[in-house]
Amino acid sequence: MPEPHEPAEGAIAGTGAGGAMDLAASEATTLSPDGTGAAGPGGGPGTPARSLWSDAWRDLRRNPVFIISGLIILFLVFISLWPSAIASGDPLDCDLANAQKGSSPGHPFGYNGQGCDVYTRTVYGARASVTVGVCATLGVAVLGSVLGGLAGFFGGAWDAILSRITDIFFAIPVVLGGLVLLSVVTSNTVWPVIGFMVLLGWPQISRIARGSVITAKQNDYVQAARALGASNPRMLLRHIAPNAVAPVIVVATIALGTYIALEATLSYLGVGLKPPTVSWGIDISAASQYIRNAPHMLLWPAGALAITVLAFIMLGDAVRDALDPKLR
Amino acid sequence: MATPASTAAAAAGPAPASALLDVRDLHVEFRTRDGVAKAVNGVDYAVAAGETLAVLGESGSGKSVTAQAIMGILDVPPGRVTSGEILFRGRDLLQLKEEERRRIRGAEMAMIFQDALSSLNPVLSVGDQLGEMFVVHRGMSRKDARAKAVELMDRVRIPAAKERVTQYPHQFSGGMRQRIMIAMAMALEPSLIIADEPTTALDVTVQAQVMDLLAELQRELNMGLILITHDLGVVADVADKIAVMYAGRIVETAPVHEIYRAPAHPYTKGLLESIPRLDQKGQDLFAIKGLPPNLMNIPPGCAFNPRCPMAQDVCRTDVPPLYRVTYEGLAAERRSACHFWKETLRG
Repeated sequence: MPEPHEPAEGAIAGTGAGGAMDLAASEATTLSPDGTGAAGPGGGPGTPARSLWSDAWRDLRRNPVFIISGLIILFLVFISLWPSAIASGDPLDCDLANAQKGSSPGHPFGYNGQGCDVYTRTVYGARASVTVGVCATLGVAVLGSVLGGLAGFFGGAWDAILSRITDIFFAIPVVLGGLVLLSVVTSNTVWPVIGFMVLLGWPQISRIARGSVITAKQNDYVQAARALGASNPRMLLRHIAPNAVAPVIVVATIALGTYIALEATLSYLGVGLKPPTVSWGIDISAASQYIRNAPHMLLWPAGALAITVLAFIMLGDAVRDALDPKLR
Repeated sequence: MATPASTAAAAAGPAPASALLDVRDLHVEFRTRDGVAKAVNGVDYAVAAGETLAVLGESGSGKSVTAQAIMGILDVPPGRVTSGEILFRGRDLLQLKEEERRRIRGAEMAMIFQDALSSLNPVLSVGDQLGEMFVVHRGMSRKDARAKAVELMDRVRIPAAKERVTQYPHQFSGGMRQRIMIAMAMALEPSLIIADEPTTALDVTVQAQVMDLLAELQRELNMGLILITHDLGVVADVADKIAVMYAGRIVETAPVHEIYRAPAHPYTKGLLESIPRLDQKGQDLFAIKGLPPNLMNIPPGCAFNPRCPMAQDVCRTDVPPLYRVTYEGLAAERRSACHFWKETLRG
């Protein structure tokens, strides 16, 4: 009986998905030469067993937003690791006689209020800012999404306890908390600042992760996976996490910018990074009072900060889009 | 008030030894802030290998909840199986540990859901999802699982399976998606399949094809099939027997043709009369008057009594047991939970 009907639906589906199929075929052909697509197009036993992440990566490589932001971030990482590669001077070699001077040969960005070279300090400042931003974001994202995700998935008492703890942390004012907690720290490294940001930042991600896990958990396909014998870890990692990760990535990349800015705030208040550590935050706060006399002192580190934050937000946006197959 | 549990169980008696799945006196309730909703109140049914049982009933009659309890995917809390047995090949599933039940799910019993689009993970390709069955239960490598996925897609007659195995669910039509769900459920050749309204979300022309495919695979693999539906039209062609549910109880079970010929419960009768008919133009559709009962406050006696045209005083006080229905020419077992089944049968 089904035979007579069969071609009809096949034909309908064929026309409906024709465009997508052609697209997939052409992508497979363009893909195979560079070797990542395993075997050639058209399937066979060598049909590439692509995962969500490899599909996402394939998408990202063609996205100009990703390429531009990725290059900026790579450059930032590079100068954080080897600042002397593009700045020959010493950021702590200052001469008060040069204070607030504008640009001059060999010193394109001019001098700051202490007579230090702004170009050298901007290059060297990347290390502290990028380290604080990236480490704090990673710490917050990992801690927050693990705790929030588990609370959302298992619910019950765990969820109740965790939610109340989040509320407690939310109630702590960031700047006041920083003044109290960081004023007792004597270390000259970036780690106390990062630790403080993770401590106060994880509840934000935890709430988002919890919410999106709860939303994803209620999807029929999670129930279906369970009905077909998937275990709890598999449901969490394969079916829930990829569908819940997008908001976490978006918020985390935006938060990265705010952590770099928060580092500046804390440094301005004297409880963040301390000289002789070089950071954009320290320079921005030092320069802010001279903005009318010598705006260049503020503009260069602030511009570097703005570009960095923008690059991370663009990267987050591109990654989120790539992880959603419906946008392909 | 008579206890519905004991009477129903006694009346149902032991199921045939050949039964693949035997649900006995199952009770499920949901504890909510507003009170306890009694979703399933003593369900008994059995399915043998190769047999198709259609479970009929309107929304909220407990047919899906019973299925979830059998599969072990009930949301606990708020749901809870309060009593009863679910014997699968003689073993009571309710006594097994969660890990043992998980291994049975997918491998020995599988479920097909109503809406295939929302039942497939949007971020995984269909090949990944089909292959997952083999990775989870058989420990296959991803590559072997992918080859198996293509095989399965061929088997449910998805054209160009090799090319389409890397596509995502949203790139398939509704009928194709339901085929993929069927392929996933069939993957490990389980002995029992529960299909929860498998064709409701499809358009009418595709419904028949999907039902035919399901019935064909069932015959091939000699599986037991529980077909949950509220569509009486779908049932007639494929089912061997029918169980009609109302307010969490079975109100009638019968071989499929007998029930169409002469219903033995007023509720079944109402359902059959409410099927739109092509040969009678311009008439109002028949509807059973009233609404299904609130599961937090099921009426005493027969749950259907407030809507029943035949209700007498006894219906408001005594819960009817599942009476054995007998008449000349009836070969198989037939039961009805109506005090007046004889009168109903006569019409």
